[in-house]
Amino acid sequence: MKNSRIVGASVPRMEGRAKVTGQARYVDDMTLPGMLYGATVRSQIPRGKIKQITFSHGIDWNEFVIVTSADIPGTNCIALIEDDQPCLADGLVNHPEEPILLLAHPDRHLLPKAVEAVTIDYDPLPAIFTIEESENFSQIIWGADNTFKTYLIEKGDVDAAFQTAAHIVEAEYTTGAQEQLYIENNGMIAAFDHQQGLTVWGSLQCPYYVHKALMKLFDLPADQVRVVQMETGGAFGGKEEYPSMIAAHAALLARKSGKPVKIIYDRVEDMTATTKRHPSRTRHRTALDKNGKILAGEIEFTLDGGAYKTLSPVVLSRGAIHAGGPYYWPSVRIRAKAVATNAPPHGAFRGFGAPQSLFALERHMDRIAHALGISPAEIRRRNFLQAGQTTTTGQTINEPIDLPKLLDRALDLSDYHAKKENFAQTNQHANIKKGIGIASFLHGAGFTGSGERYLGSIVGLEACPDGTVRILVSSTEFGQGTNTVLCQIAAEALGLRYEDVAIAQPDTHEVPNSGPTVASRTVMVVGKLVHSAAQGIKNTLTASGKLREPYSPQEFRAACRAYVAEHGKFRSLAQYEQPEEIVWDEEKYRGSAYAAFAWAVYVVEVSVDLCTYGVSIDDFVALQEIGKVLHPVLAKGQIIGGVAQAIGFALYEKVVWQQGRMQNGQMTNYIIPTSADLPPIRVYFEELGNAHGAYGAKGIGELPMDGPAPAIVNAVEDALQVPFNSIPLLPEDIFAALSDGVTADAVTADTVTSEARGRE
Amino acid sequence: MTKSDPACAKSEISFTVNGELQTVSVYPMARLLDVLRHELALTGTKEGCGEGECGSCSILIDGTLVNSCLIPALQANGANIVTIEGLAPDGRLQILQQAFLDCGGTQCGICTPGMILAAYHLLSKKPAPTLEEICEGLSGNLCRCTGYMQIVEAVADAARKGAAT
Repeated sequence: MKNSRIVGASVPRMEGRAKVTGQARYVDDMTLPGMLYGATVRSQIPRGKIKQITFSHGIDWNEFVIVTSADIPGTNCIALIEDDQPCLADGLVNHPEEPILLLAHPDRHLLPKAVEAVTIDYDPLPAIFTIEESENFSQIIWGADNTFKTYLIEKGDVDAAFQTAAHIVEAEYTTGAQEQLYIENNGMIAAFDHQQGLTVWGSLQCPYYVHKALMKLFDLPADQVRVVQMETGGAFGGKEEYPSMIAAHAALLARKSGKPVKIIYDRVEDMTATTKRHPSRTRHRTALDKNGKILAGEIEFTLDGGAYKTLSPVVLSRGAIHAGGPYYWPSVRIRAKAVATNAPPHGAFRGFGAPQSLFALERHMDRIAHALGISPAEIRRRNFLQAGQTTTTGQTINEPIDLPKLLDRALDLSDYHAKKENFAQTNQHANIKKGIGIASFLHGAGFTGSGERYLGSIVGLEACPDGTVRILVSSTEFGQGTNTVLCQIAAEALGLRYEDVAIAQPDTHEVPNSGPTVASRTVMVVGKLVHSAAQGIKNTLTASGKLREPYSPQEFRAACRAYVAEHGKFRSLAQYEQPEEIVWDEEKYRGSAYAAFAWAVYVVEVSVDLCTYGVSIDDFVALQEIGKVLHPVLAKGQIIGGVAQAIGFALYEKVVWQQGRMQNGQMTNYIIPTSADLPPIRVYFEELGNAHGAYGAKGIGELPMDGPAPAIVNAVEDALQVPFNSIPLLPEDIFAALSDGVTADAVTADTVTSEARGRE
Repeated sequence: MTKSDPACAKSEISFTVNGELQTVSVYPMARLLDVLRHELALTGTKEGCGEGECGSCSILIDGTLVNSCLIPALQANGANIVTIEGLAPDGRLQILQQAFLDCGGTQCGICTPGMILAAYHLLSKKPAPTLEEICEGLSGNLCRCTGYMQIVEAVADAARKGAAT
């Protein structure tokens, strides 16, 4: 962008001052007069019929407000994609921690005892807990076949390609559940008034998701439901869908009691009852020619969705589309499936299926490299997508991305070749083995396929009486920098100073539906609409004759002030229109899956200590092409934060399940990285621009979650010459594999089919 | 803790918070975190885990960094307490707070008050810490957004600018 002054500069975070002084208001910081506290009685078993609910003696139940599914005025469901998840269980429970009954009381200290004093008797039903049990129909727990959704992506003649392959490499990869672990637990306050309807304030990502769910649950028209986002202390996808449930519960209690009700989860409840990243299993079978070029692939990508459908179809879709990574597949068949188990529904988490399928792919690329005796860097280079080629869904890459160049730069920055050679030497007699690993990957920004067209997001800009401009969007700030970057875009577009632009608190009575704050879409899609709406403000002022270009910020403010004084406040709205070249066939799953992809190559150096079997990360190079860096400090913060979360995904964060319930739902025993665990993460950007994004930006929020895990495990394999195909990879897993004498050579012998080797 | 239990009768305790003497009537085993947030409306101190793991509720008691979710109110009787609200009482940011803003040390902000108090405490003990000492010094405070690097940069930046003096 020529002469940009604000876009590209690291302006102060909009709400930063409030955050560093403790003045920022989160939902638990808010109290309403006469407010009650709410709590949830949950299922203790994975599956069964509710026989009886008993309220034990020793508690004065008259003091409590009690809500059951019978108190729901509308439909007993949390409306999302398919309305299969009840708000409160009615006769049947399908997972541990499923909400059954709600309590409220003015003294929040009395609630835990009261929750314990509600006894629920069940007729237990047999339950299933793994993908395998689900797909083998051990029990049918959902629909006719336990299957929430399947997709088939097909390109070329896969079967013919396998006939001519010089090599076939196959293997299976799995990833575990991961807790988002935002530091602010979930919480909501609801108030109900027979005239004004329902208002909820809460920690959430998507005001209009909550709005939709409450309308259906309460059978209320849109203007009788108001959703306000408070400052939100981290989300990462974890506050995409479950806040609708909590809002619903607080609202039911508020309606019955006639008083405002606050529900704040404690850490254990938040971790055990709410959503996590979907556990996954990916099977790869890849046909290659004698030079290591991919001819064809068969990819089976399966997610454990938990007990209800919720967002699983969408997570599955993104995972399946990303399963081919940044490589050219002349032919490919991707079969994707999300299945039901009796665990709490898994849900949105940064990356949204892509970290799972890309872990598998990037491990598999190293598996192929080892099998064919080609280096990990070279096998990638030979198979990179080039501009003009098509992805697995047939989308032509139109941008001038040069992946071999990106790879070379990352290898240079990390001193990859010298280190790899050096480690091979020094490892021979060392008790601390060193390794270096690569992952190359991509992440599509915005909703998939026609998703943005269906959303039809609307953004408003308001000219205010003091001559400033206010952005009206439902896009929420939860740390990523939404407020800051959208204000930068508006200020830049209007030629104003950053401080001349404000952004409204997301409130469904105030702001239009600019879509959910998910899918790395805010800067790219919503930002572009903010830019268009800004043009509308400018056009109105210039058409009125009050403003003439070129103008100074002071002249703009004067013109705006004069216009508003004459005509009143005015708003400029912009609505998303899908560019013509984005064509998507939802039936065949073919076409332009994303308006833009961000591209990355990460290189990780690790040490594995053969005394403790612990893996430490010594160096981390994160190189990515993201269109345009709108705010260097925030962009870097997104990458480092995502990498840190992905390091946890790879090496620390294990959800321990028993009968479908998380057993380690505390920060004491579910371990995330601390400041003492992380290496310096070296972040580098390339900028190719993007016609579909504000000032050329692409989405970056999820990208850094995709690559670190496979790069780390590739580095561990390089250090130990032992392949690992599952994460999290804990010291005990490394110990077990080394004790069993597993080696990469032996595994390769198993994974390369003999017929194919016979043809070499 | 039920209302009728005589063992849980409220008692009066006094302490200084951010330079002001406060007297409150609370259950002796009430968490200091709750007393600050509910009795004194000092909501800048946050709860993340309630078991002393995350450090979001960090405050200073007589110059010592503590997790206020683990401190019974009675134990604070007579103490001198500093919370995040006490760092910029006149609205002027401390060097450390400004550094958090400049360097990207705050994202969602929920760990920020505790993190800033932990950093403030660190700099009071070690005015010119090495990067390793900063990482070690802040390792009791969890952040899920930043990956810590920009927080560490902020503390180093504040130290360079003489935050501890």
